[in-house]
Amino acid sequence: MTPLAEFLVVAALVFAIGLAIALTRRNAILVLIGIELMLNAANLNLIAFWRFGPHPEALTGMMFALFSIAVAAAEAAVGLGLVIAYHRHTKTTDLDAMTRMRG
Amino acid sequence: MSFVAKLDQIFVLLQHWIAGFFPLWLQPLVMIVLGVIAIVAAFPGIFALTTVLERKGLGRIQNRLGPNRVGPLGILQPVADGIKSLTKEDIVPLSADAIVHFLAPLVLVVAVFLGFAVLPIGRNMVLVNLDAGLLFFFAIGASTELSIFMAGWSSRNKYSLLGAMRAVAQMISYEVPLLLSSVVVVMITGSLSTVKIVEAQSGFTGFLPHWYVFTPWGFAGFALFVVAALAETNRSPFDLPEGESELVAGYFTEYSGFKFALFFLGEYLGMFSIAGFAITLFLGGWGAPFSFLEFVPSWAWFFLKLLGAIAFFIWLRGTMPRLRQDQLMNFAWKFMLPMALLNLVVAGAWRFLGEGPLGGWVRWIICSLVLLTAYVLLGRVLMRNQNLGPRSYRYAD
Amino acid sequence: MIFGFSILFLLTAVVTVAGALAAALLKNLVHCALSLTVTFAGLALLYLELGAQFIGFAQILVYIGAVAILVVFAILLTRGAGVPEYRGYSSSWFFGLVIAAATFALLAWAVVKSLPASLVSATPAVSVQSIGTALMSSYVLPLEIVAVLLTVALIGAVIVAMPEGKASSEKGGPQ
Repeated sequence: MTPLAEFLVVAALVFAIGLAIALTRRNAILVLIGIELMLNAANLNLIAFWRFGPHPEALTGMMFALFSIAVAAAEAAVGLGLVIAYHRHTKTTDLDAMTRMRG
Repeated sequence: MSFVAKLDQIFVLLQHWIAGFFPLWLQPLVMIVLGVIAIVAAFPGIFALTTVLERKGLGRIQNRLGPNRVGPLGILQPVADGIKSLTKEDIVPLSADAIVHFLAPLVLVVAVFLGFAVLPIGRNMVLVNLDAGLLFFFAIGASTELSIFMAGWSSRNKYSLLGAMRAVAQMISYEVPLLLSSVVVVMITGSLSTVKIVEAQSGFTGFLPHWYVFTPWGFAGFALFVVAALAETNRSPFDLPEGESELVAGYFTEYSGFKFALFFLGEYLGMFSIAGFAITLFLGGWGAPFSFLEFVPSWAWFFLKLLGAIAFFIWLRGTMPRLRQDQLMNFAWKFMLPMALLNLVVAGAWRFLGEGPLGGWVRWIICSLVLLTAYVLLGRVLMRNQNLGPRSYRYAD
Repeated sequence: MIFGFSILFLLTAVVTVAGALAAALLKNLVHCALSLTVTFAGLALLYLELGAQFIGFAQILVYIGAVAILVVFAILLTRGAGVPEYRGYSSSWFFGLVIAAATFALLAWAVVKSLPASLVSATPAVSVQSIGTALMSSYVLPLEIVAVLLTVALIGAVIVAMPEGKASSEKGGPQ
């Protein structure tokens, strides 16, 4: 396998594990952890393609990854704020119990 | 090379001489290993010296003698402390989380030692000359917060957890002014590399140095950086999370023996590395203060400045009262953050005024006035709700 | 070279995937958050191996220094540190696992089958100055938008997580 393929397979593995966490675990915070893992795997893909692709001096992959890191941090903050607010209401973080919109 | 230049570069020459004994393909590795050995030997040695200095210094400030039984004037006290902490029983609470409890001091010490890698100790004496050295240092400093949380949580103790949460909240709050006040230096120098920052401060006009602390924005940045550094390393007057009279011992209540010694070491080494960084960014790194003193080796100047910074921190610890948690956080977010942002604007104005017709001493006056006015106004505004009357004393009758 | 991979890459990849697996399988939430931190560190090492110094250090600063601490604080504030009162896995865990495995199989097949034989080029020399120039010239619009986004997210997260007692007492005040 070429070096690029190695990095892409690792990124695919981390993405799949993040997806598994988001789909199978019951705690809301663990789902957010899974989402963060998926975003990180996508970042790894971006940087790997920047390094081994055409025109690395244009820095496109790096810029994309930088903005992705910033947006992921913002989204983690808001998501965790939502989980904390919901917990304050219903004293639980069980996703299987968050089935209704009325509080 | 002249004798002065040889003395200046003596450690570099020693490193090259020892590496000459090894085959060519092994030489880069040997050079780095020698640099690492030097750091691991020098800074814990300074740590041992600092414990004596601190206890004697605090003792004299508090009108008592410090430890004076071990060795002449108590100089061998660190040896006694080391033997004690190595031979004490290592108690781990039954309900504590064993793995995390064990890993917390390790993570702290590893992160702190990594921070020394980008510190330029002398001319040509930096372990790794990273292009993004400043970013590396702050990234590693941010990882120490995690180890404090690990220590506090794994002890399964209310006081430890509370101390850890307070400490982490304090460290996160003060990271923002710390980073912003160092961004000013990066703006003016044009590089994130610590070596280039020191080299940009190595000129002299007349016999006065070009250090950044002697400019209005540099002085404000230095003051902000030092205050934020004190809060980052949980030193007095910001040591509420670990104050002995407050929370037993805060997040390391449940640690004893060698792990406690590791936490102590990690904390003091963190103080050294951030003081070294303040010296690199604002006080000219390894540069001499006057041009006629350049015969003293560069590494000697760095260690002298480091000693001065340590003495200043010890002096502050003995003199100032502790800040309460809400006072700490208010100070960080409502005073230091606006001042750091204003400092950025003033530094930008300094740079661009220097090229126009208002250069020379006029930009000194404008920048200093802006900073002073902001400082006074912000202080007045934040204190307007506290009706502080004149101090009154009550004596026991 | 083991199996055709370089040792450094193999070690880092194993650490990263092991951290991610531990985050998926452990019962204690704080342990999951800490193994997530190990994954972040492994990814930062992978970025450094790819020659992206700035992104690697930014990953450590933002993810380990901020996001991991945020996750841990959220766990503490929702009292998830003790034994959870419900089973850790959702009732439809099997289908989630199947979907994730299918996704990985598809991605890995696409990667291995479709790349040309050799794409190795010299590591591009990227200086921080070029990143700064690029941010200020070609990417200034995304930079400003991300600044606005971060401010909005900051204010929004504070408002969402603020205790409601204060807001309702303010509403009931002037009546």
